[in-house]
Amino acid sequence: MIEIQNLTKKFGTFTALDQLTMTVGEGVVFGFVGANGAGKSTTFSILATLLSPSSGDAFINGKSVVKEPKEVRKLIGYMPDFFGVYDQLKTDEYLDFYGACYGLSEKQRKVLIPQLLELVNLTDKRYEYVDLLSRGMKQRLCLARSLIHDPKVLILDEPASGLDPRARVEMREIIKQLKQMGKTILISSHILPELAEMCDEIGVIDRGKLIAHGNVDSIQSKLQGDKNITIKVLHEIEKTVKFLEEDPFVSSIEVLEGNEAITFIYKGTKEEQMKLLQRAIVAGLPVYSFMEDEKDLEDVYMAITKGADSK
Amino acid sequence: MKGLLSNPVLMKELKLRFRAFKSFSGLMFYLAVLIIFVSGFLLIFTQFSTSGFFVPSNSFTMFSVLSVLQMALVMFITPGLTAGAISTEREKQTLNILLTTTQSSSQIIIGKLLSSVAFLILMLIAGLPLYSIVFLFGGVSPGQFFTMFFFYLVTLIAIGSIGIMFSTITKRTIISMIATYGAMIFLGGITAFFFFVGFSLEQMMMSQQQNTQGLTTFLPISYFWASINPGVLILTLLIPDTKTALIDTVGISFPNWIVYLIFYVFITIVCLTIAIRKLRANMKTNR
Repeated sequence: MIEIQNLTKKFGTFTALDQLTMTVGEGVVFGFVGANGAGKSTTFSILATLLSPSSGDAFINGKSVVKEPKEVRKLIGYMPDFFGVYDQLKTDEYLDFYGACYGLSEKQRKVLIPQLLELVNLTDKRYEYVDLLSRGMKQRLCLARSLIHDPKVLILDEPASGLDPRARVEMREIIKQLKQMGKTILISSHILPELAEMCDEIGVIDRGKLIAHGNVDSIQSKLQGDKNITIKVLHEIEKTVKFLEEDPFVSSIEVLEGNEAITFIYKGTKEEQMKLLQRAIVAGLPVYSFMEDEKDLEDVYMAITKGADSK
Repeated sequence: MKGLLSNPVLMKELKLRFRAFKSFSGLMFYLAVLIIFVSGFLLIFTQFSTSGFFVPSNSFTMFSVLSVLQMALVMFITPGLTAGAISTEREKQTLNILLTTTQSSSQIIIGKLLSSVAFLILMLIAGLPLYSIVFLFGGVSPGQFFTMFFFYLVTLIAIGSIGIMFSTITKRTIISMIATYGAMIFLGGITAFFFFVGFSLEQMMMSQQQNTQGLTTFLPISYFWASINPGVLILTLLIPDTKTALIDTVGISFPNWIVYLIFYVFITIVCLTIAIRKLRANMKTNR
């Protein structure tokens, strides 16, 4: 559905995108993660036909954003990170205007507008001036606007930014509904637990390059590197430490206060980790807990952005 | 016409413009200026007395001055209506969304221009009852009247196009506004100054060379500057003596209104083309 091939964008000497290549399948909700200035919005702007790439191309449903921008615009619904509204238009007029901009007939617009307002839970605001709506309502209205021509692909740049928790939950629920409707959604956000919950796949971008791409679990395991494992035993602390010291993948063994838990860094694979546990039990160690310290997506993101900042 | 009415940008702009208080305050200002002028003119010529009378030649004078005044008002108001057309959308962060719709750059630019032109036409029409007082006293033909309105239209479309162009190529409305008023001052005032400079240089050269016959370099240029000046156009259209004086001065008998028409149509086409090409400046194509 979305195919990005060697996309490069330079602003003077600054390279915002550097040979970015990735594919997003049909019906997939794809989360784009990266620090500020990593190239997320530039990628979205190119996909939304607002910006020309310096080289490379991107295809939406086989249509080139460079050569067939008008065809691409029919296929996409774009929601920018910052947007304004027309003060003197009412909610339904706002949607009606954009519906007309996409060439929908008046009859089609009359049918679609109430449906979209219901989808984004703004039916009771239909005759209110757009300018009087709250930030969350405006965000939802903008999402409804991006859906007016029933696009196959949605490009949502930070759709939940600046929203209060309730508005974020509402936005998340709408995106889940859109996912069920089979839309391909490209979404960027800094609220990573939400992204992890909504997205089928994640792409991590750093200084214009895609450094990781896959489902949430694979990204986490790819990026978190060495594992921290905590093992808890009843008594036999010294025997357990000696047992761990014999394993070539174990390092940095530390006995925690209370003498019941031992932490260590493990460099082996999951299979080797399983065998370590099996051997510990066969050796008669009184293990009652063997736990890998999970890093959530936020930790991973922090690690990436920290790395980017220090470079 | 159906095509125009199906332009969503035009329809939206009309809706927004006629909902804004400033549109009606602008209209009120325009009519107030006309009322003050017409009332003042009538009172002066009837010598502030009910027994005073108003002769047709005075009516023609009023028509001429009113025509120049209305042209000045059109030139003053048009930049205000058009110079923010695109830059305001950019400042309000609504332009990006508009550019991702299937509306072409030309549809957006034409929609913006026509909405401003429509409002200016409304202004001209709203001023018609005041303007038509000249018919009450005679001395003016409907032909002259319609000729004036035709050239108002040509001028306001050209200045409107200049405003839209600056609004597209500059990022901020204030800069676009200054540039458009600058262009308007150039067309309305600097051209007359250039005409007088050219004419003076011509006189100087002729006196130095004792050359009193034939065309020299400066005269066609001076004629061009005079021809594209809206004030000169109105005077030459309304007062045949002015036209004769211009011909005698520059020695060119080609009708200046044709030069005016060609120049302003050319300006309109060039400015609209630039605006259309620059609207999606970050894209290699303008589709």
